[in-house]
Amino acid sequence: MERIKKGLGNLGVVLVLAAGLAAWAVLPWYAILAIAVGLALWLALTHQGRLAIAASQMGVASLPQRWGASAVIVVGIAGVVGVLVALLAMAEGFEATLSTTGNDGSAIVLRGGSQSETNSIITRDQIPLIGDLAGIARGKDGRPLVSPELSQVVNMVTKADGTDANAQLRGVGPNAWELRPQVRVIAGRKFNPGMRELVVGQGAKKQYVGLEVGNQVELANNLWTVVGTFASGDAHDSELWADSETVANTYRLTAFQSVTAKLAGKDGFAQLKAAMAADPRLKLDVDTTEHYYSRQSENLTQFLKILGIVIGTIMAIGAVFGALNTMYAAVAGRAREIATMRAIGFRGLPVVVAVILETMLLALLGGVVGGAIAWIVFNGYTAATLGSNFSQVMFQFKVSPELLWNGLKWALGIGLVGGLFPALRAARLPVTEALRAA
Amino acid sequence: MKYLHLIWAALFRSKTRTLLTLLSVVAAFLLFGMLDSVRVAFNSSANVEGYDRLITTSKLSITQALPYSLLTQIESTPGVANVSYATWFGGIYKDPKNFFANYAVGPGFMELYPEYVLPAEQLQAFNSERIGTVVGESLAKQFGWKIGDDIPLQATIWPTKGSNDWHFKLVGIFKLADKKREGEERQMMFHWKYFDEANDFIKGQVHWYVLDLDDASKSTQVAKAIDAMSENSDRETKTQTEQAFNQAFFKQIGDIGLIVTAVMSAVFFTLLLLAGNTMAQAVRERIPELAVLKTIGFSNGSVLWLVLMESIVLIVIGGAIGLAIATLLMPAVSAASGGAIQLGTVPPATWLLGLALMVGLGIVVGAQPALRAMRLNIVDALAGR
Repeated sequence: MERIKKGLGNLGVVLVLAAGLAAWAVLPWYAILAIAVGLALWLALTHQGRLAIAASQMGVASLPQRWGASAVIVVGIAGVVGVLVALLAMAEGFEATLSTTGNDGSAIVLRGGSQSETNSIITRDQIPLIGDLAGIARGKDGRPLVSPELSQVVNMVTKADGTDANAQLRGVGPNAWELRPQVRVIAGRKFNPGMRELVVGQGAKKQYVGLEVGNQVELANNLWTVVGTFASGDAHDSELWADSETVANTYRLTAFQSVTAKLAGKDGFAQLKAAMAADPRLKLDVDTTEHYYSRQSENLTQFLKILGIVIGTIMAIGAVFGALNTMYAAVAGRAREIATMRAIGFRGLPVVVAVILETMLLALLGGVVGGAIAWIVFNGYTAATLGSNFSQVMFQFKVSPELLWNGLKWALGIGLVGGLFPALRAARLPVTEALRAA
Repeated sequence: MKYLHLIWAALFRSKTRTLLTLLSVVAAFLLFGMLDSVRVAFNSSANVEGYDRLITTSKLSITQALPYSLLTQIESTPGVANVSYATWFGGIYKDPKNFFANYAVGPGFMELYPEYVLPAEQLQAFNSERIGTVVGESLAKQFGWKIGDDIPLQATIWPTKGSNDWHFKLVGIFKLADKKREGEERQMMFHWKYFDEANDFIKGQVHWYVLDLDDASKSTQVAKAIDAMSENSDRETKTQTEQAFNQAFFKQIGDIGLIVTAVMSAVFFTLLLLAGNTMAQAVRERIPELAVLKTIGFSNGSVLWLVLMESIVLIVIGGAIGLAIATLLMPAVSAASGGAIQLGTVPPATWLLGLALMVGLGIVVGAQPALRAMRLNIVDALAGR
């Protein structure tokens, strides 16, 4: 009978715990703050709470005696949080790089069904037709703000290990700089139309050999001079820019690949889309640059997030067992002490709270250590992958405060699970037996 | 071996502790099994060994096409045995998320890839059907394609008669004997001739040539001879071994090996600490028992081995369970993702590396407690000092 009762009790605890963890995962920060404040008030103001504080103090005071075992909790949780935060920071960095590349004030036009610039073709006779469509903003001179562009993949040698990598050479029209105000020249100057001159993104300059200002590089059997470096803080940083007519001449291309256009007003995109659909000569797709670039990051970001959470969960399960092991041992080691407390009048609740608080404290320490390591090592760490234009996109890991906060939530969740069952065992310890045991 | 029951009894002395440690080890090796399989799969498609093929692409970049007329020149290069060619199609089946490689191939392409096992009558059917196509088995399974099916592809680059709708007839399904290269079954090939005639944009363009040699050791000379033919033209070529070509490509996707190593270092470091702590505890509790063993005649060496074996057995059992779960879990993950994530089974290479890691970890974890047990002074230990 006792066994069944205890078993049912444990089952109840597991169910409540599962529900609690699920709620914990979705709680916003202010709800958690409210819980923390509530707990602090209970600890400070009620009799039971003060007893719990006293019991915790005893537990914490004995921590230095069992540093080895306690370190298992701290390091285990630091590992979970560090790996989780690093993987999610990679996803977030990639997403941020691509989503900031576009904005909802400009649109990109591609051949119908082509999905990316590399696959697209827009013939020269279509360019003026596109420029005349409704919804496109006009510059001071009254001409439409459009930039017909080419995007070529070129082989570049990486600085890291000297192997070939695909870099993106973008041929842009004279309006390109105005269409992308985030692109600023930070060294040298812009290229001159008609000249074989390149302005390189700061990311590309860092990754590939020979892109310093003043150098000459060979592309398509022609020598090009690097005349400047630009910074944009987004995917363009990985690109090499040149005059589109010069690129077209060099590669003997008779058509363009995409047109980027500034949208007029709020409903500019809707107007442009409608006008495009109404013109039978233009079998083209139009999309806001914001949507076009965010869509490119979707797959990889999704994959990295799932990967991070799966790896994090498996590691967290391992860390929970580690924490359980340590805390069971701690409770067993202090069985006499706990029995004595129970004998002199401590009730079950303060004992349970004390053990859980102690575990959560270690877990918090682990979470902070793991988050700090991830932040120090990975914040701003540059990586590159193949983007949807078949060329390298460089991005930086982004360890944001939200990610660190999430990491702490994971840490405290692991601490809660790891502390709860040993705490229950401590509270259920048969007092007389524990006192008698040597 | 005769002490196995002793080791077993020692492990189950504290059931909770052993079970919890075991479960941590299981979790760690489950993760190891899955991550390392991904790494092995990734590397093996980059490292195609035993087939000495060369790939000729444009020197400018792989997206630049080469002229079809190069074929006769390459064929007549001394040392070249067979040549075929391919042009990237990049079509979409229903939804862009269903990504797989599809390209148009010249005659003799399938014969250059003997590891793509295609029944002889299907190969014949492919060679005689103008709009015929062959696909890998994984791909056919994922979309439920059968021989004779019409397969529509949405072109992203090459329209046909002003429309993006292309249709192919499935005539063959190939598979790879080597399980590690199962990822290469996610490909679809059809005739270059049909593609060349039916597309609106390009005629006589090839993205890459693939060739094999009379003598594999001459690959450097042959590659140089081929590249020399187009030197200083506007269509310069770059010829390299298939391995070098694949490696350069996969390297650009990202350094999978580095990520796997970093994650696993964090996991194993934690495991080391955790299991080490368990073993230290286990030995500390058993000091009087170990002293008794020594009193009744166990040598210092046997006591050392007992403790060391205990830690190795603990980690090997947990690790084997973890890898076994990974083996069962990975096909389930692939199925649940609807083909978006392709994981094969745990390859033998991962099992071997895993076993080596288990034994290594067991030794490192058990070393310190085992030495302590070996150096026990019987009198002190029995007296509880």
